[in-house]
Amino acid sequence: MCTRTVCTLARALEAAGIATVALLSNRQHAEQIGPPRGLDCDFPLGRPLGRPLDPIFQRRVLDAAFAMLPHREGPRIDRFDEVIEDEADQPLSCPIPPRLDPNVPAAVSEARGLRPAYDRGVERIGRTQVGRIVDADGIPDAIRPFVEVVGGRPWNEVEFPGNDPTTVLMDIRAYYEEAALGLSDHVPAARASESWYYRKTKMGELVRQFRTTVQNAEPPFPGMLYLVPMSQGE
Amino acid sequence: MTADRDMRARVGSIPSGVDFPPVELAEAPALADATVAIVTTAALAHPGEPWEDQSHEYRLFGREESGLIMAHNSTNFDRSGFALDRNVVYPIDRLREMEEEGAIGRLAPRHASFIGSTFELSTFLLDTGPRLAAELRGDGVDVALLTPV
Repeated sequence: MCTRTVCTLARALEAAGIATVALLSNRQHAEQIGPPRGLDCDFPLGRPLGRPLDPIFQRRVLDAAFAMLPHREGPRIDRFDEVIEDEADQPLSCPIPPRLDPNVPAAVSEARGLRPAYDRGVERIGRTQVGRIVDADGIPDAIRPFVEVVGGRPWNEVEFPGNDPTTVLMDIRAYYEEAALGLSDHVPAARASESWYYRKTKMGELVRQFRTTVQNAEPPFPGMLYLVPMSQGE
Repeated sequence: MTADRDMRARVGSIPSGVDFPPVELAEAPALADATVAIVTTAALAHPGEPWEDQSHEYRLFGREESGLIMAHNSTNFDRSGFALDRNVVYPIDRLREMEEEGAIGRLAPRHASFIGSTFELSTFLLDTGPRLAAELRGDGVDVALLTPV
């Protein structure tokens, strides 16, 4: 959906006298709207400059984009000359900590066990995406409301941090994906850590169970679209 | 088919809902003289400041700001790339390097983020887009690079 927005915004900026070039993630959307100048980049969604930690590649993308600026007739869409594909079908191979206490829900235990890996991940990347609602210390307890719902309590009777279960889930996912970065020594392909989270971890299993539990709930659960990516199957 | 190809195919036919007029392109200065701003739809945010779903608003960030998070709630794109390197979405360090070497004239003092999952588009075109343009023009911006997430 984001390509629709950048193409529309490019038109608004251009009308105000700012020359624009938009990177494009979805050519079909771009052709509908017609950006003044757009560079079609067939890269994984979420990586519009293609390769993280690759300044030379990113600079190539920028040079190709800025090379469009002299054009005065549009809409115009050029294509970047290299394609990068996601690897959702190849989950990262990361060790999962053992469940040491059977009285603690499996996902809570797992999240606790991943804390050293998360800390290494944050040390590796120098910052964290965890913190929309809860910080890393709060992640294990933030998982408990989802366990309660899967265990049978109505979702609207459970207290989620910030009263916002979908945003809390993004904190939990970020915690796991940063733990995965702490467990690997390379730049993972796009969606490889996502697939590890949703397919290989107890937390991913819990999110899927949660989705099944709330999909026909009354009152309707408001964040169904934000629980499991389409790339992880229906 | 890869996950992203499947995703593009699923959403690609969603209509824009807007009858876009012909577009007139602004004259760009020479890149070496241009003041360049980034406009991204990555829902950049300071921690603890979530975005409202379907928002049309924008947020401005200073060129030296660090520690920004990508606060999208959509699950349908890779997040590990931005976690590793903000430049794969928000190429502020690449543009700073280009400023230092003289490839661009100046890196703008402020850069903007929207949230890219908003369905209704005309408000961007008629309201918040022009408002942002006025603010950027006030900063001397004459070239904008737009990045989608």
